[in-house]
Amino acid sequence: MEGLILEELRKEIADAIPSLRRYARALLGGRGEADDLVHDTLVRAMERLHLFRADSDMRAWLFTILHNQHINAVRHDARRPENVPVEESANAEPAAQDGRLAVRDLDRALALLPDEQRQVVLLIGLEGLSYAEASDVLDVPLGTVMSRLNRGRQQLRGLMEQGPAQSIRRIK
Amino acid sequence: MTEPRIDREADLHAAADGRLDKADQARLDAWLSDNPDDAATVHAYRLQNSRLHDRFDAVLDEPIPHHLLNLVEESNQPSPQSGRSDWTRGVQRLAASLVFLIAGGFGGWLLHDHLGPTFSEIPPAAVTGFADNAIGAHSVFVAEVRHPVEVAAADEAHLVAWLSKRLGTKLRAPNMNDMGFSLVGGRLLADRSLPVAQLMYQDADNRRLTLYVRAAAEITNDEAASSQMPVGIQSATTDTAFHFVEHDGISAFYWIEDAFAYALVAPLDRAGLMAAATRVYSELDR
Repeated sequence: MEGLILEELRKEIADAIPSLRRYARALLGGRGEADDLVHDTLVRAMERLHLFRADSDMRAWLFTILHNQHINAVRHDARRPENVPVEESANAEPAAQDGRLAVRDLDRALALLPDEQRQVVLLIGLEGLSYAEASDVLDVPLGTVMSRLNRGRQQLRGLMEQGPAQSIRRIK
Repeated sequence: MTEPRIDREADLHAAADGRLDKADQARLDAWLSDNPDDAATVHAYRLQNSRLHDRFDAVLDEPIPHHLLNLVEESNQPSPQSGRSDWTRGVQRLAASLVFLIAGGFGGWLLHDHLGPTFSEIPPAAVTGFADNAIGAHSVFVAEVRHPVEVAAADEAHLVAWLSKRLGTKLRAPNMNDMGFSLVGGRLLADRSLPVAQLMYQDADNRRLTLYVRAAAEITNDEAASSQMPVGIQSATTDTAFHFVEHDGISAFYWIEDAFAYALVAPLDRAGLMAAATRVYSELDR
């Protein structure tokens, strides 16, 4: 019986991996970095699988773990100098002529958002979490989720409508 | 038309995210038809969501890297027939293997009884090359006075994160303080082209103990090929059995657990090292 449940939970986790990878990629930009975060998340999730409550949503639970792992990594990175991969530190490409936001411009606009706004914008706009789920995942009040979402989207809108800036640099 | 509900901004987001119920949506639509700025805002937010999907949905179709899938596969997990925690099971397995070592020496490696299939046969020869390398690395680096480690214990979080990343697993530095051994630090080494984490501890008598960790898969692949291992050896990578070896007063316990091989090396007698190994094992399995 328990074996069946474990098997089911494992399957639910495996099914969520593509979504975790998508979110991590959007959050962090780089593929290697993103998969490292997903790796850490899965390790932690398997360690804590016995704490998963059967009535809760697996994907939201995994996003919560991912968020905590991300916070730990950010804290850790803040204490030492960062090596920025060459391609990420290269100068911005010329603005797209048709005024539409090119893929790399979207990446840059996202990278310019403060981490906490980017998280909310992505969890809700990309991963389709409800505002209440985002509040649980990020462990902040619903009002904070809404204000971060509002500021994040307004800033993103500004960046998208002004078109790509000439000297946008990736900042973290 | 008055503003729809109290929080207009929240409603604009909810509209863009499709989270308004029918009545609220109708009310908001009426509002938006008279307020083009807000309508433009909803449109812009919707556009952001669709741009995000355009940009990142391709990730969903990528094949999932094996190292991620492996983490949730059954072979890495506690056997479902037991409800005990990893820790309990680990200590139980360790205790059983230690009893077995004491009682049976090195004559046999198969544990039967309730441990069943989680305790399979690991011929010592399969990993003696590994243990030799661990002892070699121990001898080289414990002799260092000024540079025994690359990263000192003062920077433990960085050390552990760095070595975890290089080894592709979640390492932790076992806490051995109450056994009198405190962490000195660690370094990255290479063994058969594989990254190795070496952690060093020291006690008040300046005795040094090292923990040597690397991926075990290649032990079974390469070393099995060169030493004609039995076919069944592959399954050993997920199982735990303790082996003891001693060279010139330096002894090592080594074992394989969850696809990683560990060796604990110290100038201790077997009982002393066994106590240390028990601690390391339970800390790693926590």
